[in-house]
Amino acid sequence: MTQVFKRSANTLSRFSIYGFAFFVIAMGAVIYAVNKSPYLTDVNVIRDQPVPFSHKHHAGELGIDCRYCHTSVEESSFAGLPPTATCMTCHSRIWTNAQMLEPVRASYRSGKSIEWTRVNAVPDFVYFNHSIHLKKGVGCPTCHGPVAEMPLTWRANTMQMQWCIDCHREPERYVRPRDQVFRSDYHPPADQLALGRRLVKEYKIQKLTNCSTCHR
Amino acid sequence: MLRNVAGIVCVAARPLRPLRSSRPLRFSRRFLSRALAPGAAVVCALLLGACRQDMQVQPKILPLAESQFFEDGRSARPVVAGTVARGQLRTDELLFTGKSNGADAVQFPFAITRQDLERGRERYNIYCSLCHGASGDGQGMIVQRGFPPPPSYHIDRLRQAPAGHFFDVITNGYGTMFSYASRVNPQDRWRIVAYIRALQLSQNGALADVPVAERQTLAGGAQ
Repeated sequence: MTQVFKRSANTLSRFSIYGFAFFVIAMGAVIYAVNKSPYLTDVNVIRDQPVPFSHKHHAGELGIDCRYCHTSVEESSFAGLPPTATCMTCHSRIWTNAQMLEPVRASYRSGKSIEWTRVNAVPDFVYFNHSIHLKKGVGCPTCHGPVAEMPLTWRANTMQMQWCIDCHREPERYVRPRDQVFRSDYHPPADQLALGRRLVKEYKIQKLTNCSTCHR
Repeated sequence: MLRNVAGIVCVAARPLRPLRSSRPLRFSRRFLSRALAPGAAVVCALLLGACRQDMQVQPKILPLAESQFFEDGRSARPVVAGTVARGQLRTDELLFTGKSNGADAVQFPFAITRQDLERGRERYNIYCSLCHGASGDGQGMIVQRGFPPPPSYHIDRLRQAPAGHFFDVITNGYGTMFSYASRVNPQDRWRIVAYIRALQLSQNGALADVPVAERQTLAGGAQ
């Protein structure tokens, strides 16, 4: 009776056994990497906008408060995008000939909204509320990054669940005093943990990690 | 993501060809290249799949989202004329218009506390100081960048102006200034007016106005 398998089958069997293990691990790594990559998360990716609005100029250099444009951020789940009238409050008189601002003027003339491309968003199955985060001492840059230094706006964090949970588990590592939440020049003190623990107690910050906190 | 992973498993588990032959199997190059094909397919599937879960985008209207249903493309609808939302029946003439019997009111609609003043200062610094300046001198950052300067709050005309005048200007705009009615609620507008009054006092105060206990800190701050 002839042998069913040739000698080379030994090598191939080893190759397939170890190869399969390698393949599974490698695939896991690839999935992880793709999931974390800007391709999926949009982190550090500048989105095209109808007008190349610079937060660096407006919020950074001019020192306009976040709330001047994002008016509903303290009272509502949604921070709000400014109506064209807010742009025109200044640009009815400043840079009135700038070609760059023509879409803004056109919008103001016609009453048709400027269609901005959304930069920061969570999936529809996530409930998120801006106002409560501000009241508990989470600063704008904690999630949105150094927006006041962004010439064009990009997303600074993945907004994935792992990232949310990091802070929900240990808020003391991230919170700041309430009167500092809108400041872009705030730097956490060296003893952030001591400050954080004090604020967690003072603001009655709960470590909400229940599924239904966000998925409701 | 999960769907893609399931796809990977299915592709990888599918037998390449039936292994029933009794003769020795010859593992040709062609076979090896075929064995690698599913791997390549999986990588492609991963890269092509947008990895979006079905519930990511739900058929619900989010704030300021685009709508295909309405003609103007807006999901947020303007309020039908004559509609009064619950709790927003604005019958209080003084509180909502700053007028009293049709003329600019001199009095405030509610007693101003220290908290109101502090809130007024905060709102003033957000919405007003850009043009009017932190001290109300009309030389704010936007004015320095070319916006027509507003008058200083410390001129006689505005020092004599009734509180209702400032409320009216914030609500309806004035000259080149746009309305701030959509950005600042009526109560906060009054708090801003109170803070403007405080600014006016501050620029014309005498040392005698300052409590004795506070004078020391003032002298230190002035230097």
